[in-house]
Amino acid sequence: MFKRRHYLALGAVTLVTALLLSLPSRAASHLKLGIGGLFLPLFGAVNTVRQLPGRAADTFLPRDELLKEIQSLRRENQQLKTQNLQAAATARENDQLRALVGWQRQQPWKLKLASVVLRDPANWWRTIQIDLGRRDGLVENLPVLTSDGLVGRVLSVGYTRSQVVLIGDPNCRVSARVLNPAHDMGIISPGGPLENSLVDLVYLSGNANLKPGQEVVTSGEGGIFPPGIPVGQIVDSRQAEFGLYTEARVKLSANPGALEQVWVLFPSPALD
Amino acid sequence: MNLFKSVLILAAAFLAVFAEAAFQLPRHLSGAQVDLLPALMIYAALNTNIVTVSLLAALGGLWFDSLSANPLGVSILPLFAVGFPICLRRDLVLRELPFAQVVLGAAASAAVPALCVLLLLTGGQEPLLGWGSLWQWLVMIAGGAVATPVLFALFDRCHHALGYPPRTETSFRPDREIRRGRQ
Repeated sequence: MFKRRHYLALGAVTLVTALLLSLPSRAASHLKLGIGGLFLPLFGAVNTVRQLPGRAADTFLPRDELLKEIQSLRRENQQLKTQNLQAAATARENDQLRALVGWQRQQPWKLKLASVVLRDPANWWRTIQIDLGRRDGLVENLPVLTSDGLVGRVLSVGYTRSQVVLIGDPNCRVSARVLNPAHDMGIISPGGPLENSLVDLVYLSGNANLKPGQEVVTSGEGGIFPPGIPVGQIVDSRQAEFGLYTEARVKLSANPGALEQVWVLFPSPALD
Repeated sequence: MNLFKSVLILAAAFLAVFAEAAFQLPRHLSGAQVDLLPALMIYAALNTNIVTVSLLAALGGLWFDSLSANPLGVSILPLFAVGFPICLRRDLVLRELPFAQVVLGAAASAAVPALCVLLLLTGGQEPLLGWGSLWQWLVMIAGGAVATPVLFALFDRCHHALGYPPRTETSFRPDREIRRGRQ
């Protein structure tokens, strides 16, 4: 039944697998990104295909509608400028107060826009690939977010693209705080494999007073995510481990299933 | 060895892995992404030799893991574990029958992710698993079962269109010719 070629093939495949699995994590990560680079020529083709319907729709969009949209955007821009002035004044006041109290000055966020190019083909991980890499100044563990809220963190960095692990993946746990009077703190952990936008907030204190709709933000503990980034809203809560602690389900603010563009948050001194 | 068939299978595996990462329609519709590599492995095991099966397992697994958060190389053994026994016993399989293709595709699509997750758990990894994973597994099995006969038909068409036609021998034998008429 077994021919010599079969023995050789079995041995070769087993050897290759053993070698690959025993590689140091850094070497494996580099090799992985190198092999993934083979798909680079296909990224452009897919982007072009994705943009085609949009471009075709743009061609047939009436001029009136475009003018209306421009007007609405101008109005929105004016409002945002006013809000920005107000925010700048508040930030200045905050800085002055911090200086008076002797607290360290808060650094403003520096963001870089990235496009989502690929998603994890395996059903048991939640990662995406973005089109920013080492050449754009990315390093591991930078927070990734959208205008709605936190998305995840950079897992590994290649020269032109990076892998981002999303909230809800077992490799992305986030220390979070509920915006309630008690400021209950817990850890964001994965929800179910099918519930893309629901995660669990675990290890909340046993007497935590949680109500549906309460906001959950990053607590800033753990050193990766700065405090105050919106994560989601409480859906419901229950007692766990015989009342030892409370668990809550959180609906994520940013929908991980519909990500097209994300912001990578840089620590301020890195870009200065 | 039919090199053209092997190259075609490897190119299809490359495109399949990319398509799984780039196009999310199955995931949006059913909550799970369908894996086409097991179906390709069935085709390769029934129609090519052990070298192509090994190459498909190694390269397909590497490509898949490079776009995934899997540790590099973890998908190679499950793919090979499906292709190897079928390649050994392929004389016993009625490969032309769509029913056989569907059954083998479903079995391979069930075995590959299960073995992959088993390897991950053995290696101390913590993949995202739960009751919903059963649904995802069923979707993958159904997807693989449907994809296998489709792939067989597609590859056969490609092979007929692009490959060399099989050399047919004439039944005429000069030594058996009946000579008629006057010499």
